[in-house]
Amino acid sequence: MSSTHITTGGYQHAHHYKSAGDEFEASKQGMWLFMVTEVLMFGGLFVAYTMFRAMYPEMFHEASKHLAVNLGLTNTIILITSSLTMVLAVIASQKGQKGRILLHLGLTFLLSCGFLVVKYFEYSGKIHHGILPGGLFTNTEITHPKAPLFFSLYYVMTGIHAFHVIVGMGLMVWLAVRTMRNEFSPAFYTPVELVGFYWHFVDMVWIFLFPLMYLVG
Amino acid sequence: MAHTAVAHGDNYLNHSHGMMSWLKTLDHKRIGLMYLFTVLGYFLIGGLFALLIRLELMFPGQTLIDPNTYNKVFTYHGAIMVFMVIIPAIPAALGNFVLPMMLGAKDVAFPRLNLASYYIYVFGALFATSALFFGGADTGWTFYTPYSIRTSGAVISVIFGAFIMGFSSILTGLNFIVTIHKLRAPGLSWARLPLFIWASYATSIIQILATPVLAITLLLLIFERVFQVGIFDPKIGGDPVLFQHFFWFYSHPAVYIMILPPMGVISEVIPVFSRKPIFGYKAIAYSSFGIALIAFVVWGHHLFVSGQGELANFVFSLLTMLVAVPTGVKVFSWVGTMYKGSIRLNAPMLYALGFLQLFTIGGLTGVFLATLAIDVHLTDTYFVIAHFHYVMVGGALMGLLAGMHYWFPKMTGKMYLEKGARISFWWILAGFNITFFPQFIVGAQGMPRRYHDYLPEFSTLNLLSTVGSWFLAIGFFWAAINLWRSLKLGEKAGDNPWNALTLEWQSPSPPPHENFLVEPVVTTWPYEYKAEAGLTPVRPW
Amino acid sequence: MSFGVRQFRVEMKMKTMSNKSRSGLMSAAMMAILLSAGAAFANTPGLPIRATEVATQWDALYNFLVGLSVFFFILVVGAMLYFVKEYRAKPGVKTKYIADHHLLEGLWTFIPFVLLMVIFVWGYAVYDKMISAPSNAMEIRVIGKQWLWQFQYDDGRSTINEVYVPVNQPVKLVMTSTDVLHSFFIPNFRVKQDVVPGMYSSVWFEATVPGKHQVFCTEYCGAAHSQMLAQVIALDSEDWENWKRGKKILAEGIRKAGEAAAVQSDKTVASAAAAIPATHPQLTLVEQGKAQFQAKGCIACHTPDGSSRGGMGPTLKGVFGSHSEMINGAKVVADENYIRESIENPTAKIKKGFNPVMPTFKGQVSATEMNALIAYIKSLK
Repeated sequence: MSSTHITTGGYQHAHHYKSAGDEFEASKQGMWLFMVTEVLMFGGLFVAYTMFRAMYPEMFHEASKHLAVNLGLTNTIILITSSLTMVLAVIASQKGQKGRILLHLGLTFLLSCGFLVVKYFEYSGKIHHGILPGGLFTNTEITHPKAPLFFSLYYVMTGIHAFHVIVGMGLMVWLAVRTMRNEFSPAFYTPVELVGFYWHFVDMVWIFLFPLMYLVG
Repeated sequence: MAHTAVAHGDNYLNHSHGMMSWLKTLDHKRIGLMYLFTVLGYFLIGGLFALLIRLELMFPGQTLIDPNTYNKVFTYHGAIMVFMVIIPAIPAALGNFVLPMMLGAKDVAFPRLNLASYYIYVFGALFATSALFFGGADTGWTFYTPYSIRTSGAVISVIFGAFIMGFSSILTGLNFIVTIHKLRAPGLSWARLPLFIWASYATSIIQILATPVLAITLLLLIFERVFQVGIFDPKIGGDPVLFQHFFWFYSHPAVYIMILPPMGVISEVIPVFSRKPIFGYKAIAYSSFGIALIAFVVWGHHLFVSGQGELANFVFSLLTMLVAVPTGVKVFSWVGTMYKGSIRLNAPMLYALGFLQLFTIGGLTGVFLATLAIDVHLTDTYFVIAHFHYVMVGGALMGLLAGMHYWFPKMTGKMYLEKGARISFWWILAGFNITFFPQFIVGAQGMPRRYHDYLPEFSTLNLLSTVGSWFLAIGFFWAAINLWRSLKLGEKAGDNPWNALTLEWQSPSPPPHENFLVEPVVTTWPYEYKAEAGLTPVRPW
Repeated sequence: MSFGVRQFRVEMKMKTMSNKSRSGLMSAAMMAILLSAGAAFANTPGLPIRATEVATQWDALYNFLVGLSVFFFILVVGAMLYFVKEYRAKPGVKTKYIADHHLLEGLWTFIPFVLLMVIFVWGYAVYDKMISAPSNAMEIRVIGKQWLWQFQYDDGRSTINEVYVPVNQPVKLVMTSTDVLHSFFIPNFRVKQDVVPGMYSSVWFEATVPGKHQVFCTEYCGAAHSQMLAQVIALDSEDWENWKRGKKILAEGIRKAGEAAAVQSDKTVASAAAAIPATHPQLTLVEQGKAQFQAKGCIACHTPDGSSRGGMGPTLKGVFGSHSEMINGAKVVADENYIRESIENPTAKIKKGFNPVMPTFKGQVSATEMNALIAYIKSLK
């Protein structure tokens, strides 16, 4: 992979900023605020989780045993690795190395695909055993009457997380297109950096989800 | 100022032409106006629903519509007024127009995101409204479970519409915070920020912190209906009281999204029309943040009779009491500003004084509801209805009207017609008090809210309230028609018809595409009304 | 008398009507003064009658708040109107450049704070009384469903939309819902409590005025929400004895009580006399519970007399109200909610020393049977 140095140089910041630096700082602040919003949104789910777990600790213990720890662990490793490749993509964008940006975005994209494939097997396995959320739950092996609630939380929390992964994949495609159009340079790499923030956040949510869901058993 | 001659030239209204130049505009002023028109359109719809509610309640028994229709009507009235009118009214409509100009900025931090917020709002609003044609929803705007899980109709459309509009609110808040941080004019230090900016800042913080919790709550509610997740459904082991906690964790702070911005407007209007500095600048600015902060820890006062437990009630009642302290500070400071001033009673000032009267009642009755024992009897009665209408209509809408009249010359380059504006004010003030004051009494007597029918004992006060609603409607129509006529008949407004000191008045009316002809530099705070006191002023710009 | 004093309401309406424009402010204040002056009357004008001791205390606090509000309203709006008049722009008159005044600002932060804390403490004190049912309270079980109220008494009878209670005797309503949220509100008693499916909540009162007291459902519950009405019928001792014996004379008792009521609402769903014969069963509620206890097979594992059933299930003697430790170490008080959970979701909480072997009875025990079972378990002292 050749690392061609992109020399657009002519990046023009928006009219209402004094400099490209100001614009970059503003964008970063905006992204941080958006991350705060995301934290509050997942926060709501974690509060629900905490409340039900405090009410039915044995149920969480029992139900959690029916989650596939090895698949969850695989996904944890996949996501952590993808965070690394994302960092490399950001570094490449700061240096204006077009080829490397594309390479690392591509790797991150592939790893996310891997994550979703594992997720698919996990979900279909559960569904096959009648382990569905709440009122749709038909499994008979799990005896605790409140167990469907655990799986409701499991599906909702991992599902919304998976949705964030899919959005992230879309953003990577978008970044790749813009990279190919030579829109990024050491003078302007804001979108890559911000998607990087986003991706680390998605990763971090999973770092919380994995032990709370899979390892309480 | 020296720009008057240039004001004939290019401005944001004639900068580009055609429908598309509006629909695709990135100009915060145009986006502000588009918000304003959409909000007013929805206000008309929500208002018609309100009139329908009052007509049905004019007499006991079924007057006009059957209970099922009635339940949908009050659901729509509430949802439209809260999500589509009051939440975006001042922050998104007036805020978009005024906030960047007050900061001396050329635009908001993220103009494209700003336009996207508008379209997200419109899309969400249309989505929610579409439910009207698919069976409607009869959950009430609070969507309490398990009723909202069981009832039929297009509940999901309304919930999903509110969910979408939440994102618009989040993105607007985010945009404003970054704008305030990054795009202030040279010399505009934090201590010199106009109070409208402080109020918008506090509002934006609530928007980005509270709205995501509403988003997840509404999403879970949709999952309840689609996948039976059961988190809020006692049949599946979930907890309906948890829903109330989640819902009010957003919706109580949301009340402050509705009231802080009008407080900001009032803080601008009163000094300008009293020709005096705002009294207690710092106290008003801090109290906005005090209110925003406490807003997050008082949600449980909506649940005093829900069975959340005695300890929770104790804590939430205590914390709720604290809200009244910064609120009182604001009210006293506004009145103090008028002391030894030189007061002009133009329409914006009249609306500001109307705000004071109504908001004082709204605030004082809020203390009743914060008091544990008192709330037990009054909650879910018409007392609560009266209270929050005094705050939201009396406060937020009076603030909106004050702001619309105050900035009308800046927005349009024309003065509004003063006489019509004053007449409409008196209709609105009288109509409002006649409509809602009787509701305090009928509520204290025990009439529950969301009732399609009521006992004959409550007849006279309900009839009075219904008649009042017609006065109120006449007032609103009068104000709207007057402003519309002002567009044609109004005198030409100068750059600064009120002789105000905030930055937006330094620009021509209407302002040019990039807001200012010369980049403003700020030299003092925006309440430097020294000339009127016979002192030598420092020019604020 | 069933509900407020009519004449006064008419009077107030006139007051409100007469002021349309700016004088609305003043007359609002006057009306508030009238309301607070009402403390001197036996019943507070503008409020429902006071039919409990709690209501009397509630009214005192309410009147205090009204008085305080009137004071602050006149202070704020009065000052505002005075300033508008006094400091109207006049040519040649200068303003005074005042930006702040720390003492004043300190005072109007501190004084309201102190007042609010007083209100809070007072409010909590009344609330505490409102929710603390005396231990000798007579219990009646309430089931709310779309759109009626069902009441079950210890003697096994049940009534719809009318609940009969003796005066001067604390009564505790233990309530649940079979569908959506409801809320049980008795304006004359100043009490209200949400009725939640899947759990028990309670409200108590001690009626001091015989007669009919209106009950509203105050949590929105659908199409007939505004028709979900009931009456608390408070009977003096003689009538109460008659009602207990289920005699015909009861209707007369109601009539007697009804005479005291100024207005009898035409919305009363079931007439009192009609409700009696249909719901006078052979068995008391505890006896019904005992029958259920045998019919449902509970007795196979749980003894009612304190003896052990070979490590099967714990005995239920003395279990109600007791504190016991669960296998996960949690301490649990055996109240209505716990017993219901133990029947519907037996494995949710397992008492220390026992195994999670009990099958669920979810869907096999109706709300009324559940109430009977709980009453029986409660009787096993």
